[in-house]
Amino acid sequence: MKRIIPITAGVALAATIAVAADITPENVAFDEYGAVAESLTGVAGDPAAGLVAMETKSQGNCFACHQISAAAEIPFHGSIGPSLDGAGSRWDAAQLRGIVATAKNTFPDTVMPSFYKASGFIRPGDGFTGKAGTEPLPTLMTAQQVEDVVAYLLTLTE
Amino acid sequence: MTKTVLKGAITSIAILAGAGMALAEGGLVINGDLELTTEAPAADHLAGHLTTVYSGWVFRDSFTQAMEMDDFDNPGMLFVDAGEAMWNEPAGTSGKACADCHADASESMAGVRAVYPKWNEAAGEVRTLEMQINACRTENQGAEALKYGKGDIVSLEAYISMQSRGLPMNVAIDGPVADVWAQGKEMYYTRTGQLELSCASCHEENYGNLIRAETLSQGQTNGFPVYRIKDSVLTSASGRFVGCVRDTKAETYKIDSSEFVALELYVASRGNGLSVEGVSVRN
Ligand code: HEC
Ligand code: HEC
Repeated sequence: MKRIIPITAGVALAATIAVAADITPENVAFDEYGAVAESLTGVAGDPAAGLVAMETKSQGNCFACHQISAAAEIPFHGSIGPSLDGAGSRWDAAQLRGIVATAKNTFPDTVMPSFYKASGFIRPGDGFTGKAGTEPLPTLMTAQQVEDVVAYLLTLTE
Repeated sequence: MTKTVLKGAITSIAILAGAGMALAEGGLVINGDLELTTEAPAADHLAGHLTTVYSGWVFRDSFTQAMEMDDFDNPGMLFVDAGEAMWNEPAGTSGKACADCHADASESMAGVRAVYPKWNEAAGEVRTLEMQINACRTENQGAEALKYGKGDIVSLEAYISMQSRGLPMNVAIDGPVADVWAQGKEMYYTRTGQLELSCASCHEENYGNLIRAETLSQGQTNGFPVYRIKDSVLTSASGRFVGCVRDTKAETYKIDSSEFVALELYVASRGNGLSVEGVSVRN
């Protein structure tokens, strides 16, 4: 629904509606293990869009750290994190949503960045400019991109 | 945890060595006769963090490694020549060259690079080599300070570093520098920026691992100045730090800030025992 509005009603209106409807970063409800039961948008994730967000450097950039056999067409997969092959069998949607939004709630000292977190950083920057940024920062991924990535990860079954 | 990471690194070194023809057999040997130490037992202050320290050279591909093994192939040597010319050229209101005060660099500058950053008693501060070069220019030569990171200052640094090539890094961490060193250590482990990564996240916990297409090294500074093939530029450690902090989506420190002096001292001390490489080559 929401994703159709930008085309018909214009960007400004869409942005207002998206903010109103999405769960904001500070309101995401993590359980004690770091999982997030509720969809951040209420709109089903799109796995193909999820893979695009994962590959894009300014969004997920997941391949900097992770390897995925099913995405062999994407060159150069990193080895900092574990292979994501079978992630959709190891974790359910709520757990994956939590890991992608703020992995530190699931894996306490992990180097994996938080993709849906807007404030509470040390020396927050303005993207990759090296200049100071102002919190809340735009999240690394939008709420819908988180849902799309979760949908893609759920396809990685073994 | 440290053990697993170390195993990962050693495996990848073995792989690099395997891909690198006979290179790893004899390690880093320059011009066929000067053997440099690229692997050394970690300094005591790294206990619980690292057991072995490695030069960044170890983690590069065989092509890049080979470029550093022959001075004719090492593009950094052109900057050394430029630095030598500056060393001998009068500058500033004094009309004096570096050579007028320090004479033959091969004697007066031997061992200097290995102990920097270092305490300067008269100034009451820790100085990096870049700071010391600028102090000599402004106070002794009457010349203008040079910009850090790349360009003339790094050429001079390269010429000075070459006079210590092969000597082990031996930076002092106690006495008057203790507080600054502790500040640098604190910075090394602080997770900055929107990506919440510290130097340790990449260079202590993940050296030997791939970040996309690039193999992470321990982020040692013994090889600086570094000729970066990707940018065709000779860079100083401070220049590299700016890039690494920026890449965490953080507000960087100023290149000539006291913070980076502290960080440079601390990082240099992590490489104690590794050879000064003079001018190194990295991709
Ligand atoms: C800077 C490195 C880094 C980046 C970037 C990164 N991760 Fe991770 N990720 C890790 C590490 C390391 C772990 C292992 C958890 C730990 O630290 O114990 C992990 C764990 C995971 C897991 C659980 C792995 C399993 O199957 O057990 C999933 C799922 C995951 N990441 C997905 C992603 C996605 C999706 C992205 C991008 C949107 C991403 N990661 C980006 C480093 C990273
Ligand atoms: C997001 C990952 C990341 C972080 C965080 C990071 N670096 Fe790096 N660093 C790299 C990469 C990639 C390279 C190039 C490959 C290599 O040498 O590791 C590099 C290279 C270096 C080098 C050059 C090593 C050589 O031999 O040429 C130094 C020195 C260095 N980093 C220091 C630091 C310091 C100090 C910090 C913290 C302020 C830091 N890095 C944080 C990714 C990172």
